[in-house]
Amino acid sequence: MKYSYYPGCSLSSTGLEYGLSTRYVAKKIGMELHEIPDWNCCGATAAHSMNHDLALALPARNLALVEKQGLGLEIAIPCAACYSRMKYAIQAARSSEKERQKIEEIIEMPYEAKNDAICLLEAFAREDAQAAVKEKIVKSLNGLKVASYYGCLLVRPAGVTQFDDNENPQSMDNLMTLIGAKPVNWAFKTECCGASHQVDAPKVARPLIYNILRNAKANGAEAIVTACPLCMMNLDMREFEFNKAKKEFDIPVYYFTELLGMAMGADPKELGMEKHFTPAVARIKEAFKRPPEEEKPIKKAKAKVEEVKEEEKPKEAIDNE
Amino acid sequence: MSRTGVFICHCGTNIAAVVDIAKVVEKAKSMPNVVYVEDNKYTCSEPGQQAIKDAIVKHKLDRIVIGSCSPRMHEPTFRKMLASTEINPYMLEIANLREQCSWVHTDREKATDKAIDLVRMAVAKVAKNHALFTSSIPVTKRALVVGGGIAGIQAALDIADAGYPVTLVEREPSLGGKMVMLDKTFPTMDCSACICTPKMVDAGQHPNITVMTSCEVEKVSGYIGNFEVTIRQKATYVDHSVCTGCGICELKCPSKVTSEFEQGMAQRRAIYKPFPQAVPAKPVIDAANCRKLNGKAKCGICQTQCPQGCINFEDEDKLITNTYGAIVIATGYELIDWKSIYGEYGGGQYPDVINGLQFERLVNASGPTEGHILRPSDGKEPKSVVIVKCVGSRDPNKGKGYCSRACCMYAAKHAHQVLEKIDNAQCYVFYIDVRTAGKAYEEFYTRTLEDGAIYVRGRVSKIYEEDGKLICKGEDTLSGQTVSVAADMVVLETAMVPAAGVEKVATLMTISRDNDNWLQEAHPKLRPVETHTAGVFLAGVCQGPKDIPDTVAQASASAAKVCGIFSKAELQTNPMISKVDIEKCSGCGDCAGICPYKAISMQDMEFIEHGKKITRRVSTVNSGLCQGCGACVAGCRPGAIDLLGFTNAQILEEVDALCL
Repeated sequence: MKYSYYPGCSLSSTGLEYGLSTRYVAKKIGMELHEIPDWNCCGATAAHSMNHDLALALPARNLALVEKQGLGLEIAIPCAACYSRMKYAIQAARSSEKERQKIEEIIEMPYEAKNDAICLLEAFAREDAQAAVKEKIVKSLNGLKVASYYGCLLVRPAGVTQFDDNENPQSMDNLMTLIGAKPVNWAFKTECCGASHQVDAPKVARPLIYNILRNAKANGAEAIVTACPLCMMNLDMREFEFNKAKKEFDIPVYYFTELLGMAMGADPKELGMEKHFTPAVARIKEAFKRPPEEEKPIKKAKAKVEEVKEEEKPKEAIDNE
Repeated sequence: MSRTGVFICHCGTNIAAVVDIAKVVEKAKSMPNVVYVEDNKYTCSEPGQQAIKDAIVKHKLDRIVIGSCSPRMHEPTFRKMLASTEINPYMLEIANLREQCSWVHTDREKATDKAIDLVRMAVAKVAKNHALFTSSIPVTKRALVVGGGIAGIQAALDIADAGYPVTLVEREPSLGGKMVMLDKTFPTMDCSACICTPKMVDAGQHPNITVMTSCEVEKVSGYIGNFEVTIRQKATYVDHSVCTGCGICELKCPSKVTSEFEQGMAQRRAIYKPFPQAVPAKPVIDAANCRKLNGKAKCGICQTQCPQGCINFEDEDKLITNTYGAIVIATGYELIDWKSIYGEYGGGQYPDVINGLQFERLVNASGPTEGHILRPSDGKEPKSVVIVKCVGSRDPNKGKGYCSRACCMYAAKHAHQVLEKIDNAQCYVFYIDVRTAGKAYEEFYTRTLEDGAIYVRGRVSKIYEEDGKLICKGEDTLSGQTVSVAADMVVLETAMVPAAGVEKVATLMTISRDNDNWLQEAHPKLRPVETHTAGVFLAGVCQGPKDIPDTVAQASASAAKVCGIFSKAELQTNPMISKVDIEKCSGCGDCAGICPYKAISMQDMEFIEHGKKITRRVSTVNSGLCQGCGACVAGCRPGAIDLLGFTNAQILEEVDALCL
């Protein structure tokens, strides 16, 4: 479990707790994250809505730095937007020699698109990480009903990200099951949160957040889990805002790394969880105190089916035997 | 020294507008062996043909070249014309000056040069032509129809009515196919079962038709007029020669299984008839689900209860071989498995998102709900129904690129039925286009609009459940707004795809498939029911999506083709086939492996070499099977095989004429 690590700008500002919890959990399970030296902004939405070349060159510079460092590792990226931009840059360089040369020219560094980028969630969804997480769990979430929210950029466009099912992804759900939570079946796993339009076009973007929260609530979620600082900020901050007008939602929002960290016995302050707008710590503490979920005895269930079959049998059949 | 005549056709202005005919004529006069050249406005016309005949006599021609349209168009015409002259019909070459020259070029000078080259090549080739003669093969006047849906039934009935025996093979336990599952048929709203079941009974009782259900074609060899076909009769465990179809066994059978006929919305027993009007009206045992046969219990209750004693648990598959003169393939379709490709529609997790065939069963009086439209999840009547068209059709990214043709109409029918059967119902139809090409189809669609169906032009992007409603999100592309409809039930009108196993049938009969696996007709316009294998015809949806009237029409067309073959005492073979020079053949057998028609086999033959008698293995070509494709010629290492009419010598002569 060794990765190059591109934290992105959010993790030192609005997504501080994502960075803290990632570092905490990675250390716990022995995942090495080598931060890229002298990394720069990926360009996010701003670059690709303005200039195609810039939108490829900004993330590519970081990728070129990884090559220069020569560790030969995949790059793990916590933020979904950064991840998306890196994926686009890699794809452009790999599919077109012309694009690759143009990128090199702009960043004034050699870039061969050698290393793959993965999202942090994928790093944790891999078998080795899951096994390591399992070993470090000290507390169970005891059936806390969570809505795994992947957002749009982790799984789309499918041709670029090539990660998980783009309609009904499962990787985060599996991680949540691992720490005792109970993922709910809901319909908005991969809906868009409105991203930066929450700032510049609130009239259009607010309903997107509202609908996500409403569907999570309708499906009985007690918490929402994210893997993107922008999704997190939007959901967490706007839920708080909605609730000011009318106390409608009681669904704290978490980074998946925060929940992993809590299950590994972290102090919420270590993870930066007091920074959430919608209070988040109490719900977890309450879940820890719940009675453990009963494991369903599988054998018994089977026996039941057999019994029903016996009842169905008409008398003649039994006589015959 | 051969005496070649060259005839250049203007084809009105088709050729003459681009090619300088006078120049071609002038050049042709100096070509080797050419003794006479003439041009004509329409060579294929009666006077045009007469001019050739006259020239043959007057100039003592022994072979001719015609510069005209593609040989695909008029080669048969000119061969027929030559048959009434002294010249053998195969002493003819056609230079394609239209499709391969004038129609595809605009530069007059270059086109004329090319035309001259084409004529020069044909002149060179015809010098090496030899007279070829057709031979005849006998015809077995018995037809095989594969597939017992409406297409197969119609084809079988038409052939049988013409007086020829037919074997109708169906892999399911009953005839009927998809049509018998449908409720009503557009645009007349005829009850589908009421018009289909009488045909099934007709087929079952026709003295010329042998119905073989629970059967599959296992092996096909031979050729037009004489196909040898092996059919696998799958074990049914019920002796149908004794069974009266009383149905006691079905009532007593303890194992319940999901019914395929009811599209998974009802149950049947392990010994079952698929539906009450099945033909034959006799049950079979589904071995996988029968407790006795799968070894889960002793059971055997059907055997003890059967008053006729026709249950035989020892039954085994049987292979039956017979000879047939012609084959009609009518293997039909199934609906695309939308659940695996449309995750945005729930991927099958919502029981009230159903497909069109499930809706047909729901609305059918003999279906699981006796014709009441009720939701599969809770049996409640849906008040708001969304119909989504083109699910899997016209969607090359996720499904198929083609239009499934029938969905626009049956979607209108479903909307009409929802509005007719449910009080105060609301029905929304999401569509890309409404395609109603067909007699009285547009009127039917208009009537559905008048019924109150709300048509929304746009695709549905997502279906999810919230508070007991199915929320359908989509776009109304006419107003440019996103829309969201809360429905109680959603009907997906899914794409037709070829029935499972069509690859096997196509391989057995050596017929080709298109990119979507539909069986390929010989020509999309002019030979729509023939295949590239002589004597094998297509009927119904196996060739491409179509509705019932088109299916029935195509079935009758293929039946007419079969009757056409049967009306002849003997069939003429194509003489342009492969010929093996056994002196050169090394017996490697590569050609036999290459041949796509299984026309080449290896034989031991006796030779005298250096005064000694020896036995050598050489290849032989079956003249009935060979289609003259020439693959073996290209594959033969010692160069022992030649394709008559396209011999190596002829081709080289053409190349020399062009290049030297």
